Amino acid sequence: MMTFDEPAAERLLSVEDLSVEFSSSSGRVHAVNRITFELAPHETLGIVGESGCGKSVTSLAIMGLLPKPAGRIAGGQVIFDGTNLLTLKPDEMRDLRGRDLAMVFQDPMTSLNPVITIEEQLVEVIRAHDSKVTKAAAHQRALDLLELVGIPNPKERLRGYAHQLSGGMRQRVMIAIALALNPKLIIADEPTTALDVTIQAQILELIQRVANESGAAVMLITHDLGVVAGMTQRIQVMYAGRIVETATTRELFAHPRHPYTVGLLRSIPRLDLGDDRALIPIDGLPPDMTRERAGCPFAPRCAWATERCLVEDPELVSVTAGQRTVSSGPGATHRVACWNPATDDEAAQGVPASGHVSAITAATDARVAAAAAILADLP
Amino acid sequence: MSLALGGVARPDSATAGTPADDRILLSVSDLRMYFPVTQGLIFERHIGDVHAVDDVSFDLPRGQTLGLVGESGCGKSTTGRTILRLYKPTAGRIVFDGVDITRLGGEALRRTRRRIQMIFQDPYASLNPRMTVGGIVGEPLTVHGIGTKAERRERVAELLDVVGLNPNFLNRYPHEFSGGQRQRIGVARALAVNPELIVADEPISALDVSIQAQILNLLERLQGEFSLTFLFIAHDLSVVRHVSDRIAVMYLGRIVELAPSGDLYAHPLHPYSVALLSAVPIPDPVVESRRRRIILKGDVPSPVNPPSGCRFHTRCWLRERLGNPERCTTEDPRLRTLAAGHEVACHFAEEVDGSIEQRQAIGVPIPIAAGGIASAGAATPAAAALAGQAPAVPPAAPQA
Repeated sequence: MMTFDEPAAERLLSVEDLSVEFSSSSGRVHAVNRITFELAPHETLGIVGESGCGKSVTSLAIMGLLPKPAGRIAGGQVIFDGTNLLTLKPDEMRDLRGRDLAMVFQDPMTSLNPVITIEEQLVEVIRAHDSKVTKAAAHQRALDLLELVGIPNPKERLRGYAHQLSGGMRQRVMIAIALALNPKLIIADEPTTALDVTIQAQILELIQRVANESGAAVMLITHDLGVVAGMTQRIQVMYAGRIVETATTRELFAHPRHPYTVGLLRSIPRLDLGDDRALIPIDGLPPDMTRERAGCPFAPRCAWATERCLVEDPELVSVTAGQRTVSSGPGATHRVACWNPATDDEAAQGVPASGHVSAITAATDARVAAAAAILADLP
Repeated sequence: MSLALGGVARPDSATAGTPADDRILLSVSDLRMYFPVTQGLIFERHIGDVHAVDDVSFDLPRGQTLGLVGESGCGKSTTGRTILRLYKPTAGRIVFDGVDITRLGGEALRRTRRRIQMIFQDPYASLNPRMTVGGIVGEPLTVHGIGTKAERRERVAELLDVVGLNPNFLNRYPHEFSGGQRQRIGVARALAVNPELIVADEPISALDVSIQAQILNLLERLQGEFSLTFLFIAHDLSVVRHVSDRIAVMYLGRIVELAPSGDLYAHPLHPYSVALLSAVPIPDPVVESRRRRIILKGDVPSPVNPPSGCRFHTRCWLRERLGNPERCTTEDPRLRTLAAGHEVACHFAEEVDGSIEQRQAIGVPIPIAAGGIASAGAATPAAAALAGQAPAVPPAAPQA
């Protein structure tokens, strides 16, 4: 297990060696594999990765919302504000959820109840955690919340239903519900993926503003590197249920080290660079998570792969050898899980320096050569 | 074989002196597509129209890519589908290769459709799950009666190879493929009948980030190999800028700005385009710290009752700054040419150029009027700081 060198007082959330598995008809899916990370109070952390990389499952595991019985925590612990969430009883967890931990989901239509009013949904959250709050006080709080998240005509909207609102307005209601009890941590799972880009801008600004005002820490989960670039202080890149790279936002974009991070940055067109820059796709497909395989999970798609990558799984370690590891906050250490990380030059080019032959290509070439030799020997 | 890819003869667009009309493959003028809104269960009364596409005009030269960009409900997909004549346009003209296809029907329309093909957004919904890949890709050939059975089979294998799929996958079913591979099948199907124009409607937005570049590069390569003309419809301005020669920005059924793609980025002239550009996140924290988003108020108004005058006036930041001039609410702005090939539909577009909003949207350092920091090197952070958006302080904490 990984340990960190700084005092525990600075941590709001600490996830240690967390593994999550799903049982499915095609076998056991290793959705999250022994991930360890921390979050300081008031910090904004971005978790970036593609579908199936385990970013959403991580957040569901923290919230205690893994689908039962398919999902199972296979190991590790989640310490939030001094409490191990994984050992809490369901009703204790339910009390914490909403009060200290809040979540904003991707699709505001399916996460709001279509048959009760917006007011009932807000009041329900407020009163469920504190039965002493009067109905009138809860109503007033609901009104304040809608105003806070910038919903016009909040009085009328309270009496309305989710279907009467646009996607952006629904997401504002979701954020209002998340904020209802002044949580210490807001987990936003792809909060703007279903929205148009100008509405996305509104919602991101709103999340930033409410986090600043309330002092809540934010975990922003997204596939969009652009969204995290302007929103977060620190980023974790996930692939195949692991954290493959983590650094402060500026450091990560200025000096990406993991070939997957480099690939993500080079495979999306950038508005400010236009077509002057060719796109370099990441070859192949995301891994089959039902199989446990030796070596680095990204190796089969990696142009930087070496022989070692195929057999030995790299740990997440500091990019500068022997450096003291700081796991959260503005001075967090840049760490990467890679045997052959990209240099700045290579990252800028998007390909390994000339002369490097990917172990994958080499292995394929060797097989082709062997087959050719056999064919040549045939009469 | 007559089926050979790229077999369609294309006029040489570079030839000087060719009449302009010859180089234009598709010309759309004053296109309107309204969908009726009805009320009543038994007697359906016509109570209004959704003005999905309202007075859209553009020319698309051969071999070029026109990007149609806008938010959901702006009419970009309807425009694409109307051009394919999947709908019957309410008004306007669609001229394809010199022939007016607006009112074409029956056999003539079918023959035209062979030359215009479509790539759809959702590679899961747009392929018939009960057909093999060979059947899907070969169906357009069968429909148009091209080649013998053996020739068609050969052609399908060739197409799969062209889009980067193993030709031996002919007998597999769509569910055996990943999203990116399915989209390649969709591309192969669109190419099957050797079309001249391809309407690509959000061809990559359903795909994972790492796969998107594979498909974009494939489309780019195919365009070069088969001199295809693309109408590329997408909501993502970065993607549209990457693939397009020219971009049309749509808002509520109208084209509000039409410009060469580099120009649109460097000098957006419509207040909506500026807001749209400013909202697109750029994956670079240094650039992001120089930019400021224009947060548009509220949502897009209903296309059933679009606002009077300029359709954007209800959310326009420029109108507010100019003291809400009457003209915006009373007079509908027409597209007018402000620079070479750069058209914009705004009465006050001149006010946009060089404005702080325009520069902040694209992240250009603000020129400093007072203070006299003239050296270009020092301009960036100082300008950003002056504009009241000090860049996030880089982590200064010692790491050792």
